[in-house]
Amino acid sequence: MIAVALWSVAALLALAPAGVVLSTRPRGSIILYGGCLIATSTLCVTALSDLLYVPQLTPSATLPIGLPWLGAHFRLDALSAFFLVVINLGGVAASLFALGYGRHEDSPGRVLPFYPAYLAAMNIVVLANDAFSFLVAWEFMSLTSWALVVSHHREAENIRAGYVYLLMASFGTLALLLAFGLLASGAGYDFDAIRASHPSAAVTGMVVILALLGAGSKAGLVPLHAWLPLAHPAAPSHVSGLMSGVMTKVAVYGFVRIVFDLLPEPVWWWSMVVLLVGGPTATLGVLYALMQRDIKRVLAYSTIENIGIIFTGLGLALAFKAEGLDWVAALAFTAAMLHVFNHALFKSLLFFGAGAVLGATGERDMEKLGGLIHRMPKTAFAMLIGCVAISALPPFNGFVSEWLTFQAILLSPQLPSWGLKLVIPAVGGLLALAAAFAAACFVKLYGISFLGRPRSDVAASAHETDRFSLTAMLVLAAFCLIAGILPGLFIDALAPVSKAMVGNIMPHQVGLQWLTIVPIAESRSSYNGLLVFVFAALCGTAAASAIHRLASDRLRRAPAWDCGYPDPNPAIQYSASSFSQPIRRVFGSVIFAAREIGEMPPPSSPRPARLRVELRDLIWDALYAPIAMVVGFATDRINILQFLTIRRYLTLVFVALIVLLLVVAL
Amino acid sequence: MNELRDILSQGAQMSLVLGLAPLLTGFVRKVKARLLRRRGPPLLQPYRDLIRLMRKDVVLADNASWLFRVIPYLIFSGTWVAASLVPTFGNGLLFSWTADLIAIIALLGSARFFQALAGMDVGTAFGGIGSSREVMIASLAEPAMLITVFSVAMIAGSTQLANVAEFMGSDAVGLRVSLGMAFVALTIMALAENARIPVDNPATHLELTMVHEAMVLEYSGRHLALIDLSSQLKLLLYVSLIACVFLPWGMATADASVARLVFGALLYLGKLTLLGFLLAVFETSIAKMRVFRIPEFLGAALMLALLATLVRFVSGSL
Repeated sequence: MIAVALWSVAALLALAPAGVVLSTRPRGSIILYGGCLIATSTLCVTALSDLLYVPQLTPSATLPIGLPWLGAHFRLDALSAFFLVVINLGGVAASLFALGYGRHEDSPGRVLPFYPAYLAAMNIVVLANDAFSFLVAWEFMSLTSWALVVSHHREAENIRAGYVYLLMASFGTLALLLAFGLLASGAGYDFDAIRASHPSAAVTGMVVILALLGAGSKAGLVPLHAWLPLAHPAAPSHVSGLMSGVMTKVAVYGFVRIVFDLLPEPVWWWSMVVLLVGGPTATLGVLYALMQRDIKRVLAYSTIENIGIIFTGLGLALAFKAEGLDWVAALAFTAAMLHVFNHALFKSLLFFGAGAVLGATGERDMEKLGGLIHRMPKTAFAMLIGCVAISALPPFNGFVSEWLTFQAILLSPQLPSWGLKLVIPAVGGLLALAAAFAAACFVKLYGISFLGRPRSDVAASAHETDRFSLTAMLVLAAFCLIAGILPGLFIDALAPVSKAMVGNIMPHQVGLQWLTIVPIAESRSSYNGLLVFVFAALCGTAAASAIHRLASDRLRRAPAWDCGYPDPNPAIQYSASSFSQPIRRVFGSVIFAAREIGEMPPPSSPRPARLRVELRDLIWDALYAPIAMVVGFATDRINILQFLTIRRYLTLVFVALIVLLLVVAL
Repeated sequence: MNELRDILSQGAQMSLVLGLAPLLTGFVRKVKARLLRRRGPPLLQPYRDLIRLMRKDVVLADNASWLFRVIPYLIFSGTWVAASLVPTFGNGLLFSWTADLIAIIALLGSARFFQALAGMDVGTAFGGIGSSREVMIASLAEPAMLITVFSVAMIAGSTQLANVAEFMGSDAVGLRVSLGMAFVALTIMALAENARIPVDNPATHLELTMVHEAMVLEYSGRHLALIDLSSQLKLLLYVSLIACVFLPWGMATADASVARLVFGALLYLGKLTLLGFLLAVFETSIAKMRVFRIPEFLGAALMLALLATLVRFVSGSL
């Protein structure tokens, strides 16, 4: 099994240099993306079979590369298998989408070589079984994705995005490096050795915080999220989908691997930290998303929200596990993992849709779109499913994982710790807020870009996207529905992961009457997406046929009514900023220090009246700006050292040597 | 035999809510009119309106999409399924385990999502204003609703409505502060969700303060009839929900005799009359709020719901 996986990864790595050659050929992108499609499908099937038919002996392999005394260890346990499925499902979809979308790339030489390398890097991270390979792969993943972020390097915005991304990625890797350093001090770099070691409470506490910082900065936890909405939209759309849908999940994997697997039994305060970060991340992420007008940026901010939901689930799992309620921990953990899977599906779908819109109109700004449902009907249909699914509405998949998280929250009275008892319902409130905001956010995204009348000529002359892209989107949309109406299959598939990480599993779901899911007991709660879907479909069709047959089925077209004052100018429609104005006014005045400045010219002046909306990112102002200022100040001072004479340099070297010798001597 | 009875009971429930919903709206309108010393339309007027609308042609705006035509059916089916899962006169619904309270709220959320999209489809200013305000109200009302559900579910130990109703009807529940708070929060939510005064005015048109009516402005004929019927169903759903959670007495159990079922049905009608009357009295005695006062009103509900959840721990430990 693991041999197949490693060979596929090697094939991806081999495709990277081939990409340099292929990028100059006319049909090169098709060959490259086709190759990636085959490699990722192989990996996906391998991992899936490993997850469904768990082998007796966890497959592992050691290759003679990397550190000479260590080698590179790889292992394919249930957790790795699950994340491999997520990564490669995203990879398959992105490669399929890129078969069509990638043909329009202006500078293929900047995308094609890095794309397979990036996919390979993500796969190696989850396969690695020693800290050295893990960190190297992690950094390789950061660098290849950075190269993809700056592939459209002529836009100044993308260069800045790449710069911020690189800084934050280095920070994250540093945190992880320290975390592994602490863990390895007693045991060595091999994960198996770390698992067997018994670090002290102080060390484990520090490792948890460092892992949260390192993985959290990659996943986009508030306040380490600042780079994410800059970098994810800057990349080509299929890569954006991978970064948001898949790479953030690799970060979640890193956190789970360290905290649930490598460390010993959790302590209750770990969960407190995770919950206090996760809940606000969910709410703030989606509030930011609501304020945006760039489609891809909305999607990037919404990724932050979903990461918040996932981390809340993980925090709950830690809390219940620490208190010995591992059957609830299994529920919370499964909910988090299911959300990992679901988010990978619908976020990839939505980014592909945004890519299709970008390809058809050249616009990412919602204020210039509108009415695309008439010109891109199939894309619009797939996007609609993505929007409903991500808004956590039944009968789609987003609802199931949030519902399971809520069920875990409702069990918080069982916890003995008072702090957690009070914090968990509050976090539940934040998640509820986030869910409602998400619905508002995606009504806005869909309503402004796909419905209404076109707000610009490019939107009015848009055309449907190609067949490959459509297939990728429709397949993902179908998965969203299937995972929504048959969640029991997916919950059961997650059982080995939950067994390995929290030591217990949710009750077996498949085989229950009518494929209902029952997380704890039937007297407590149950949900049947299939029946809800079938019922609603039956009611809807019954109502339609009854009315059409018995009452009337006639239809006339006429100009819009609009209370008698229809205006043909499309500018009269609500825009993205006006749509979010009520929410901006209610929540934004504190959270974003939002201000509306209206300039009304005097009656005789020919100047137009203007309305400016100012939003500030208070986290950026309070956290990043001061750090940047201090660093800037310090570098300015140190810069003097660059212009010394050779004599002074020699003196400096001499002094440094003396000091070092003194330190060693003492 | 038992299964047949269960299916009949579920079918009766589904047709009951569908049949009663316009009557409840007609009753509230009648009481409101009487309180204002008007004679008011007859009780059966909503039925006549629906039939009249269904027979008329649909006049569709020129640039309305296929989504615009499908949405009324989506809203209707979502609301109907949700409404038929709330126990009314009897507790032993065949499909009550299909969706718990959280799922019922989310189903209504789906209906609202599509409704807000419909408001934006034609591309008129009124539709946009309605959708934009609707999502603002929903973004506060929905979490408040969910947290209310949390507090009730934590007390009853279940989110399954049948079990909640059973627990609330038993002696185990006692008098609890958090239940009182949850009740007030739920009432405020019900007013907001159903576009009643003081949040929205169900009787208005051509007014910049309208929310729900602005979203459905472009609908006509059978589409409008379905949307009206869905709103009426939603009102009935919330009234039944309050009745089921806070006034669960007399509800027939799963294995009840026919006499008990009839008694439960009569009692249910009585509860509807009482709550509908209270709604009418409340609506006539209060003025509509400005749009930006609504967040404060709903924020109060949100805080009450959260307090109810937290107080539950305090009271639970006493």
